[in-house]
Amino acid sequence: MKLIYKAPETFTKKPTTYCPGCTHGVAHRIIAELLEEMDLVKKAVIIWPVGCAVFGYDFIDTDAAVAAHGRACAMATGVKRAHPESFVITYQGDGDLASIGMAETVHAAARGELITTIFINNGNFGMTGGQMAPTTLIGQVTTTSPYGRKPEVNGFPIHVAEMLATLDGPAYIARASLDSPQHINQAKNFIRKAFKAQLLGLGYSLVELVSTCPTNWKMTPVEALERVRREVLPVFPIGEFRVVKGVE
Amino acid sequence: MGERLLMKGAEALAEAAIRAGAQIFFGYPITPQNETPEYFSRRMPELGRKYVQAESEVASINMVYGAASTGTRVITSSSSPGISLMQEGFSYIGNSNVPCVVVNVMRGGPGLGNIAPAQGDYFQATKGGGHGDYHSIVLAPHTVQEQCDLMYDAFELAEKYRIMVVVLSDGLLGQMMEPVEFKDWVDVSKLKTPDWAIVGKGDRPRNLITSFELDPEGLEKMNLALQEKYKKIAENETRYELYMMDDAEYALTGFGTVARIMKTTVKMLREKGIKAGLIRPITVWPFPYKVYEDFADKVKFFLDVEMNEGQMLEDVKLGVNGKKPVIFYGRFGGVVPTAEEIYKQFRLHLGGC
Amino acid sequence: MEPKVIIDEERCKSCGLCVSVCPKQVLRISNKINLKGYHPVELFDNEGCISCGFCYIICPDKAIVEVRRPEKVGV
Repeated sequence: MKLIYKAPETFTKKPTTYCPGCTHGVAHRIIAELLEEMDLVKKAVIIWPVGCAVFGYDFIDTDAAVAAHGRACAMATGVKRAHPESFVITYQGDGDLASIGMAETVHAAARGELITTIFINNGNFGMTGGQMAPTTLIGQVTTTSPYGRKPEVNGFPIHVAEMLATLDGPAYIARASLDSPQHINQAKNFIRKAFKAQLLGLGYSLVELVSTCPTNWKMTPVEALERVRREVLPVFPIGEFRVVKGVE
Repeated sequence: MGERLLMKGAEALAEAAIRAGAQIFFGYPITPQNETPEYFSRRMPELGRKYVQAESEVASINMVYGAASTGTRVITSSSSPGISLMQEGFSYIGNSNVPCVVVNVMRGGPGLGNIAPAQGDYFQATKGGGHGDYHSIVLAPHTVQEQCDLMYDAFELAEKYRIMVVVLSDGLLGQMMEPVEFKDWVDVSKLKTPDWAIVGKGDRPRNLITSFELDPEGLEKMNLALQEKYKKIAENETRYELYMMDDAEYALTGFGTVARIMKTTVKMLREKGIKAGLIRPITVWPFPYKVYEDFADKVKFFLDVEMNEGQMLEDVKLGVNGKKPVIFYGRFGGVVPTAEEIYKQFRLHLGGC
Repeated sequence: MEPKVIIDEERCKSCGLCVSVCPKQVLRISNKINLKGYHPVELFDNEGCISCGFCYIICPDKAIVEVRRPEKVGV
């Protein structure tokens, strides 16, 4: 028998604490695969968020820290500037990166910090029970937008990848989706480029991963994937929004 | 030891930090310490060290948290409103057991206040402005020279106990110019990455820096470990200065700039034959309660003077424990009391004695 | 034939994602119950499996541990 796929060692000795069908596990696995393929496991420092992924350090086996809510990009800046030989990743959700942490995210990107951010966009604050987030869609019902998100009351969702791509500091900004095996493979390729941007010292890198939250979306995992295709990707399209020379 | 340089406090403290081994500075402009980030921005590249201007004090303290987690000598500096923004970070750092140094050049408050010197952040520094049961070591210099000397202690204490050390300065100490002599340069080549640091696991099991523990009994254990640490620090690192207290019948007390002014008041009183002395805490956390307990048996009353509503006053009273009167005199808003003013206050109370 | 997909039943949370993406429909949620109380997935038609690995790619839990393909015997 020829081995086609084998789950990486670096990905989780413990069963994950994520809900059934939550795509956090998929994101973790492709990151772990890349760290092994690119021989970065020993150098990696991952800064985990406040959110469902707060326990991520138990699922990807590298040096790690848990940052204050929203502050991962600032904490990562501290680690990378103090110890540039480390390979520094932040892993953040919508609330962490785009709500409370927006300033730290934008400025780390603007400064071109040599860190890589993995941004999990699932349209709500998952851990705390499904409140509205900066990426919640117009009309989407959440626990703090029970009548559906209305622009006149709650404003509009933020397109983080497109927004950060307007800055000069980033070397690679992309959005991928975890809704199908094909898109997951594409996501892994995008993250590989993001890692390359850090390794080559070209600038800040971020990959936004459109993800599901079956529990708070109140659907089955399979229905959640379908919702991503039907409702989310039209608003948050897949793409590479900033690619500087050397990253391709 | 060597040359004496005439330097502004805000710059001298930066030079001292650099000679004490600071590898990286994160900060944001705020008066009355703008000269500090400016000085670091100029000096750090000269020595191949690092300077990053953060987008806010919130970002600064989290960058400090990150660098501290790698075991690197890191420092930030700010003033009262900026220090308020850092409180979340202080609490996280407190429960993460990582070393760092933070300078607070206190200014008038509350709110935006003004840019004049004040001492209104004593509670915030010593009783914890951030949430939860954590403490930082708080050093309170009273001269530009002492501020420089204490910078060396700050980094050593931070690393010895894996704790934040706050250097509690004020606008006067930040803006005044005084001759200073720096201690020898710390040999930074001797500084090693600690085995708990997060720098990439290499061949060892991974390290984790966190302040989070979901299980209540687990979090209690973490807290008890912190309390043990604080007990050890209180036993070994409490510092204070006694000025003319040997035969004193009256004790003046204060910290920082005001204590310095009160040394003049003590001399004025002595000239009049009044046996006054000064008790000056150097560590306001851990606070030298025992000194007050001991002198309460010897003196007739204590006069505590601060540029606030009476913050260190509460610790003084705890130490004195009701044995003798503790009188307070305070100024607000950045008004600095004069030696004569304090002398008059003292005479006022002496009258009633 | 040896199984083409190695499944760790104790890790499976019965999310059904692998079943939904399998192009040959050789996976199904079984009637077994694992220690956590979930019905784990099973590969019920090993012959029909084409070792594409889609199940592995979409599994969030390392319940699909390995995917293998039989070696081609030379013609």
